[in-house]
Amino acid sequence: MTSALNPKYSFDSFVVGAANRLAVTAGHTVAESPGAAYNPLFIYSGSGLGKTHLLMAVGHAAKKAAPKLNIEYLTLDEYVEAFHASVAAGQGDAFRRRFQNVDVLLVDDVQFLTNRKEMQSELLRLTEALQAAGRQIVLTSDRPPPDIADLDERLISRLSGGLVVDMGTPDYETRVAILRRKSEERGARFEPGVLEAVAQAEVGNVRELMGALNRLVAFQAVNDTSINAETVKRILGLASEGAGSASPGDGRTPAAKGGGGGGGGGDEFGEFLADVTVTVGKAVEAWRARVGEAVLRWEGEGYRTQRLEALLQRDAPAAVDKAIAAFAEDVERLKALEAEVAELDPQAAGQSVFRDPERLSEAEDAAAKVRAGAAPPPGPSAAFPLAAFAVGPSNQVAVSAARAALERPGKKYNPLVLVGKSGLGKTHLLNAIGLELARGKRAVVACLSTQAFIDELIAAIDGNRVDWWRARYRRATALLLDDIHLLAGKERTQEELFNLFNLLQDKDRQLVFTAPAHPNTLSGLEERVVSRLEGGLVAELKEPDREVKRAVLERMLTQQAVHPEPALIDYLADRPTDSVRSLVGLLQRVASAAAAQDGPLTAGLAREVLEGQSSRDSRRAGGFRTSGLVVSSLGGIKSREKVVWDWIDVGDRVIEEFR
Amino acid sequence: MSLVNFTTREITCKIVYYGPGRSGKTTNLHYIYGRVPESRRGRMVSLATQTDRTLFFDFLPIDLGQISGFSTRFQLYTVPGQVYYNATRRLVLQGADGVVFVGDSQARQLDENLESLQNLQSNLLEHGVDIRTIPLVLQYNKQDLPLELILSPADLDDALNFRGVPSFSADALHGKGVFETLKSISELVLKKLAAGTAA
Repeated sequence: MTSALNPKYSFDSFVVGAANRLAVTAGHTVAESPGAAYNPLFIYSGSGLGKTHLLMAVGHAAKKAAPKLNIEYLTLDEYVEAFHASVAAGQGDAFRRRFQNVDVLLVDDVQFLTNRKEMQSELLRLTEALQAAGRQIVLTSDRPPPDIADLDERLISRLSGGLVVDMGTPDYETRVAILRRKSEERGARFEPGVLEAVAQAEVGNVRELMGALNRLVAFQAVNDTSINAETVKRILGLASEGAGSASPGDGRTPAAKGGGGGGGGGDEFGEFLADVTVTVGKAVEAWRARVGEAVLRWEGEGYRTQRLEALLQRDAPAAVDKAIAAFAEDVERLKALEAEVAELDPQAAGQSVFRDPERLSEAEDAAAKVRAGAAPPPGPSAAFPLAAFAVGPSNQVAVSAARAALERPGKKYNPLVLVGKSGLGKTHLLNAIGLELARGKRAVVACLSTQAFIDELIAAIDGNRVDWWRARYRRATALLLDDIHLLAGKERTQEELFNLFNLLQDKDRQLVFTAPAHPNTLSGLEERVVSRLEGGLVAELKEPDREVKRAVLERMLTQQAVHPEPALIDYLADRPTDSVRSLVGLLQRVASAAAAQDGPLTAGLAREVLEGQSSRDSRRAGGFRTSGLVVSSLGGIKSREKVVWDWIDVGDRVIEEFR
Repeated sequence: MSLVNFTTREITCKIVYYGPGRSGKTTNLHYIYGRVPESRRGRMVSLATQTDRTLFFDFLPIDLGQISGFSTRFQLYTVPGQVYYNATRRLVLQGADGVVFVGDSQARQLDENLESLQNLQSNLLEHGVDIRTIPLVLQYNKQDLPLELILSPADLDDALNFRGVPSFSADALHGKGVFETLKSISELVLKKLAAGTAA
């Protein structure tokens, strides 16, 4: 968080007089030990008397005394705007947190609290919270708290509870001091008595005083003659001359004419020139105001503004508006980059390069780096197309649910939970759904096993990039997790999944999970996760029916370019198998037997292999002595646990018994 | 209208003195010419007939020098007042930043004043300019004539100044009200300039 303090407004440049001494002293005290003395400090005065200057000076001084302090300056309007924006974005809490972490809060122009009930209660709450935490609040207004119309009594007492101090109009001496300092700053020199004459004019505030000084500086610059105390009054219209009256017939000219005879005409032109000078001065000096506004605005948003400040240092730079526009453009680009990066890697978005338009190219590089490093989450495996999924009465429900989900992703069944025993094709269907979803434009489908999900999270925690990990999944347009029961006992992953689930579901993004059994029968899952899994549709895949088996067999055989006799398919399809995977195992056994004999795949061979009349040759050809299952290079059972690899030597045992 | 040029650092204002024939437009310019120091003024161009009536236009450039780093120039023009020179008037009016309407205070000239004012409006419209938006001031000239011949500034305001723009009573021959008028129109033009560049 950066403060929007104008560097020009410091205690050094603040002219102290009788009218504001108390306020300045209080400001110094507060800056030296924030939160300790007057809290809140409430400064009020009329317009143009230095409230903002003093407020920012407190900020500067506090920052200087303790550079680590978190200092925030903003006007009430900005505060209101920020509040509304955060409420609209659903980030009301973030807004509150933001201000509760401020060490010194400087709020300008709180008189605008009138008729803003909700802001009043917000400010009341914030004031209480900050005070309780020993943090400093300084507020300014153009009137004391009780005079702010329609202000909550509690807030009045809160705001008046620290120190309420006012600043009056500067007295003559202060006015002279201000004029001296300002003319020095502008490098203008005047004859003795000139500034005193200006200071004698009754002015309501310091800004008017500055206006008068500007006119003198402009006049002197054009006329190449220095002004004396006499001419000051004429130039400033302080004497009898009223404001350029248009009333007909008033004798305005004779004074000038009568005074100098022949020179009178010159005076007339001189007056004209002075008037034009002032008007032109105001017109072309308007760029300063515009630059100043831009600086305040962008500084307020936390951007560095050296480029604009450099403009202010110059006398009359060309194409000011272009420079401001170019600056604004750069800031917009930074904003876009920051937003993009924030989505990919929230931590990286906090870098200061995204706040400095002078380092735009660095920011581009940083964004490119993040972009390059932002690998999408793991996607579905291409090995499981939907077309290859055998459909039959046993899995009809699940498949049609999947198709419905694909038609209207995220809207119809969300989440879709596929349950069924191992080997029934849950993973296949899950990946198939993922593949179909991934066809969509700009689709980012996260499809992975729950184990991989857990491992990734652990790696992210280890690498301190959980934010990056989260952002990666939050971008997903669909999340498909295989074997959700593996979450059992993984509390942190459940927590993350819970949040991710809610976020994605809110955005109507499709969620698909698989589990070996109905979620509510799974142990080790938190209730909130289970209830969410149950919230969509739980579709079961049953043991494969004949139709499915036939389809699977036909597909597998076709893949191996084998044209088996129909009787083989019938025979295998009729054999009792509880899963597709074991069916595949059967087929592989038969196939390897056929390969060993170098003969065709026939029903007879299958019967021979599967019903125990297997030939010894085929076993030898397999090269293994097995428990009856043949491990084939084609796949099937790969788990070491299910295969007995090392048989004891039967011969040893025989000898043992013989003894 | 590019009044303020930040690149070349110039401010140029074109001010046109408009009004019926013989109302004193050229006289205004002559008086100004006489009061501007030689170093500040350019050559006054006056294209007049033998009877000293403005035939085409008068042109008086005034160089105010560097103001806030801008070289500032005023260009003062008059138009021929006679009805039949309308094409010339329209031409001179082109690109004007401000208009001074010099009215003849004589009671018998009231219709001419009104006619000329309407002519100004329609000529501005030809250039796509709305008379309500262009800086305009009125000057009631010849207020030095015997009271029985002229209308009072208040009467003239009633008759001519229905937009409530600044108005000045003047005696251009002797210079009364001339610079007040010029100041007023300059201020209006420059203020518009400030507003224009800020936008």
